[in-house]
Amino acid sequence: MSTIAVGLRKAWTPGLLLIILVLLATLSLYASAYTLILVASILMYIVLTMSWVIFSAPTGYISMAPAAFFGVGIYTSAILGMTVPLPLVICIAGLASSCLALVVGALTLRLKGPYFAIFTLGLVELIKHLVLWYEANVTGTRGRFVIVVDNTIIYYVMLAILVVLLLTTYLIRRSKFGLALQSIGQDEDAAAHCGINVTLVKVVTFGISAIFTGAAGAIWATRLTYIDPYIAFDTQFSFMPVLMAIFGGMGQLYGPVLGAVVFAYMEETLITKFPYYYMLVFGIILVVSVLYLPDGLVGLVQRLWQWTQKWRKRSPGGDHANT
Amino acid sequence: MTIILDVVISGLLLGGLYALIAMGLSLQYGVARVLNIAHGEFIMLGGLTTWTLYTALGINPLISLAVCGPMSFVLGFIIHRTLFKRLLATSASAGIFESKSMLASFGLLFIIQNVASIIWETDLRGYSYLAVPVRLVGTVFGLNRLVTLGCALVIGVAFYLFISYTRLGKAIRAAAQDPVTAGLMGVNIDNVLALCFGFGAAMAGVAGMLISMCYPVHVAMGFEYAIIAIIVVVLGGLGSIRGSFIGGFVLGIIGSVVTYIDASLSLIAYYLIFILLLLVRPKGIMGR
Repeated sequence: MSTIAVGLRKAWTPGLLLIILVLLATLSLYASAYTLILVASILMYIVLTMSWVIFSAPTGYISMAPAAFFGVGIYTSAILGMTVPLPLVICIAGLASSCLALVVGALTLRLKGPYFAIFTLGLVELIKHLVLWYEANVTGTRGRFVIVVDNTIIYYVMLAILVVLLLTTYLIRRSKFGLALQSIGQDEDAAAHCGINVTLVKVVTFGISAIFTGAAGAIWATRLTYIDPYIAFDTQFSFMPVLMAIFGGMGQLYGPVLGAVVFAYMEETLITKFPYYYMLVFGIILVVSVLYLPDGLVGLVQRLWQWTQKWRKRSPGGDHANT
Repeated sequence: MTIILDVVISGLLLGGLYALIAMGLSLQYGVARVLNIAHGEFIMLGGLTTWTLYTALGINPLISLAVCGPMSFVLGFIIHRTLFKRLLATSASAGIFESKSMLASFGLLFIIQNVASIIWETDLRGYSYLAVPVRLVGTVFGLNRLVTLGCALVIGVAFYLFISYTRLGKAIRAAAQDPVTAGLMGVNIDNVLALCFGFGAAMAGVAGMLISMCYPVHVAMGFEYAIIAIIVVVLGGLGSIRGSFIGGFVLGIIGSVVTYIDASLSLIAYYLIFILLLLVRPKGIMGR
């Protein structure tokens, strides 16, 4: 009896994952165009959140740079989209973002705590204003048009990026490299004494996380069709992943995914109707999560689950009511 | 020669505002350890409140100083007493508190900004007050900007004297150096930190009122000023009120010089200075 239960539980997680994956992979066959693009935007937020989590969850460095990487991806797509085939554009966008992350990481990952967050936030603004200045003074324009791509293709590319990202996250968690990353988050000095090249591990992880953000930006640009520096380097894309990860809970792999799904869906349905109230709720949830949900939604559910288990044990009659 | 004077004086005028804003943030970050990204939102609140009082009720902006200052102070005090005090009690270490409080202040930014958007809408709000030209060593400036500099100087100096020569000021300095020991020496640390946060918010509110006298204000203006305040605080040296005061004028003059060359480059210049500063001398000018 108990072995079956354990076996079921073991098969449960991969099985559920497989079902979700199959559902997502066949979505274009039965879903409407609107649903498809809605799910694509949810997937985009999951990609942003999960790639933020790769670096920031284990190390504890709060990166506000996603908008910079995302914007670099968007601009890569805008510049190369007309001449270069789409898969190549996405790869180049990922690499370009990654290069930016490697340079920034090498320069700044010595900074501790809030300085790193402010620095990366400043970076987004710096790049935004540099691009604005460049476009105004050199190219003489403000925005650019991006080549239009079919919604189904956008959806599948986003799904592919997400699958690769999840695989990467899983592999990093399982590897020695991931262990090194964890130990840096626990105690950086101790990790250095264990022979871990602390700076290298941090910078490489930062670079890896930027690949996916950049790639997501490149494909997302084709949905926007028109971009300018304010759209591409919107700080919103830095705040959302942080909020989604904190709200979902970073202890488990599915926590940030859960947070991203809830928020992306809320955004898509609410932001056009009540933009200010949506952002207000966004702020309130952020404050409440920081104050009362140290392990996010997943932690809350786990705590409730434990609580009900205890409650059921205390009243054994309830457990056997049906037998 | 007149060009140089012109640039320097307008730099000082701008610097007065920066100094006032940065001193407020310096109190919040240097003493209360909250890197308050929502600092700019108090500026915005001050500016828009002044605008409403002036256009709807005809109240003199300089009198609304008596409204904006205390209002922001109370708001800041309450926020620290409810939100950050709890965070401080539940955080395991100072580092965790710093990153958690920063995230919470991001939340505050969204809350305040969007409540303001609901109240005031997102249009530019400007009014004309004291926009009288004044001749000053060969160049012409608006009287409102001179009043702004004067107010900033008076508040800055008064606050510096308060910090240096009163018992409460001494308690604040002690709390900035070592909160735990200060608590052991009989300083009511919760009160002092909340007071610092409130004073910081009050300075932001007053700065907002002064800004609204010179430039049009709108609900999304706060973030840029918050970033400038952070740059000045880092420039002046963390926890040094005097450093922030001087740093404000330094950044003001730099901004004025860059604006003279190409106005669209001023923000880029600020960020570059910030980045260089963090890389070369994160302690700042007056840092220990």
